[in-house]
Amino acid sequence: MRRTIPLLIVMVGGIMMMIQFFIPHQISQAVFGLYTDYVPVIAGFALILGVGSLTRVHYHKVRRRAENWQYSLLVIFFLYLMPVFGIILPASLGGQAEEPSVFHFLYRWVQIPIQSSMFSLLAFYIASAAFRAFRARSAMATVLMLAAVIVMMGQVPIGDYLGKWFPALGLWILRHPNLGGKRAIQLGVGFGILATNLKIIFGVERNWLGGAGR
Amino acid sequence: MYEQIGIWLAAFFTLAIYSFLYKENPVYRFAEHVVVGISLGYFMVYTYNNVLEPRLVRPLFVEGQLGLIPIMLLGLLYITRFFRSVSWLSRYPIAVVFGMAMGLSFPRTMLSMVLRQAEATVIPIYRTGYAWHDVLGSVIIIVGTLTALIYFFFSKPHKGWFFGTGSKIGIWIIMIAFGATFGFTVMGRISLLIGRVQFLLTDWLHLIE
Repeated sequence: MRRTIPLLIVMVGGIMMMIQFFIPHQISQAVFGLYTDYVPVIAGFALILGVGSLTRVHYHKVRRRAENWQYSLLVIFFLYLMPVFGIILPASLGGQAEEPSVFHFLYRWVQIPIQSSMFSLLAFYIASAAFRAFRARSAMATVLMLAAVIVMMGQVPIGDYLGKWFPALGLWILRHPNLGGKRAIQLGVGFGILATNLKIIFGVERNWLGGAGR
Repeated sequence: MYEQIGIWLAAFFTLAIYSFLYKENPVYRFAEHVVVGISLGYFMVYTYNNVLEPRLVRPLFVEGQLGLIPIMLLGLLYITRFFRSVSWLSRYPIAVVFGMAMGLSFPRTMLSMVLRQAEATVIPIYRTGYAWHDVLGSVIIIVGTLTALIYFFFSKPHKGWFFGTGSKIGIWIIMIAFGATFGFTVMGRISLLIGRVQFLLTDWLHLIE
């Protein structure tokens, strides 16, 4: 009941969905329709787990007055502020229909700027990491550095200024040797996904049950 | 007016994030925690508006489709995860989602990540109108994919003319691919940085028209 039935559900559901792909019959279409209609709804409820866990962690920090507990209050406040203005009170800022809603205001002027600034922050760190990694100590490190430099120079005006061949060579590296290496990695990832799928469907991999298969 | 407030807010948060370049500080932490809360809050609203409301809430509570009650109950079983004595019940919705997703993903992964990739590798080396670098490129794609695969094949020792030479060529191809990917990623990050700096100088400070 606690372990066998969930494992059976996974096996039956998995095999059923595999079969429906290969047999284009009305019944298999109906099974697929069932999946697309209802499984996202069930999966949507998983959000409760995420939100609940985050709330619980930060609530305990606030209650215990742990170090930097004030920031936890901030997380909880904004976590619930968005659904309040996005679902319960989807009102515009000044009450006019053409004005943006508070939800969209927060999304556009707070979430997007912070996220893009955070990602752009990596430009600084990736540059310093490159400085350390690209010290051409071996022939392979030199090739790695050259490929990176040519691709980078090929995308900026100075590369075009230095020689018309720079952008063309950068593009050629991206389209050919890069594609060869990436494709091999992608094939490996694909085989890995297939093996994991089968292991989960046939109950070999049981970590998803929780308690590491015990 | 709201746009002006928004621009000032965005400028404040942009500078708050960049303050990390000096060192970790309370202003950065403030922005960091705000974005954690707001991002998950946004995801909650997105999931509700695009999944739960049109597929469950409206059909069940407005149109009275009572057949959706078992689906709702199954979804609600996720909550049992928080109660130790009945937490095993949360395995049921996970099993339904997981099982069907695994079964659905198997043939699709086989098609898109294995067969289509293999098919795209076996290409004509020469076609009319091909320049020498196109021919060289096609050869490199075929040889590169095969040799990089040999490099990742650990069931045989990388010795001998096939596995030994193959894996040696493979590692060179992988190095070029990693270098190119690195360069491409750096340019992506730099373009984001340019976007933020442009925002600060144009929209906020009006130094650039």
